Amino acid sequence: MLHLILFLTFAAICVAGAVNLLVQRHPINSALSLVVVMGALAVEFLLLGAEFVAAIQVIVYAGAVMVLFVFVIMLLNAGEEEHTTGSRAALLLGVPGILIGGLLMAWVLLERSGTRAVAAGALPGPPKTIGWLLFHDYLLPFEVTSVLVLIAIMGAVVLAAPPDSARHNRREN
Amino acid sequence: MVPLSYYLLLGGILFACGVIGFLIKRNLIAIFLSIELMLNGVNLSFVAFAAQWHALSGQVFVFFVMVVAAAEAAVGLAIIIAVYRTRETLNVDQVNLLKL
Repeated sequence: MLHLILFLTFAAICVAGAVNLLVQRHPINSALSLVVVMGALAVEFLLLGAEFVAAIQVIVYAGAVMVLFVFVIMLLNAGEEEHTTGSRAALLLGVPGILIGGLLMAWVLLERSGTRAVAAGALPGPPKTIGWLLFHDYLLPFEVTSVLVLIAIMGAVVLAAPPDSARHNRREN
Repeated sequence: MVPLSYYLLLGGILFACGVIGFLIKRNLIAIFLSIELMLNGVNLSFVAFAAQWHALSGQVFVFFVMVVAAAEAAVGLAIIIAVYRTRETLNVDQVNLLKL
């Protein structure tokens, strides 16, 4: 019973944060509501027993990635979003379409998916086991992601570096 | 005991919110945040299915998704900075050329 109450509480926080992300007009408000979603999701991971995933969700996602986002928003001094008018066809077809699709998905998941109930901490994923899997069964994908991260770092440095003309001006001054 | 379908439904709702934000948002950074929301919804489904089939590989894949998301955030935000430097705007309606 406590498991269900915890799940529903943090699921409500998750959905509220996601809806707030859509409603807010200022990017910094959207970014902070995404932090709320990620924090609540970390609790859902813990309820499923994924300790390691919950920890890196907080450290890497809510910590590092979102700090990067907030820094860029402050660096670019991003202001309020401009209002644009959507097309009427999108409203007439899209909203009922989303409702029908959502209800169909909910019905399939709740009634026809054949999934069973899981207890709290159903599949413990302690760092030791995950690390063994990562460096044993998934060693090649792990090394490939390290190359990917290296390329991403170099790409980010090249893209975000000031253009050549600005650099020359600074040197002359 | 919580039915696994509740977790999948929550993941689906988060993914749908991400798709809607991707479509209706007009700010480049807000669109990027919606993509992160979609990735989070998928991560929840990964962990839920891992619990369903007692396979820890689902949780390892969440790790890989997070690494790719971090790399994507670094490169994407660098592109946004480069776009802002040449155009002085973050509105996607005014960013209609790939040329910097």
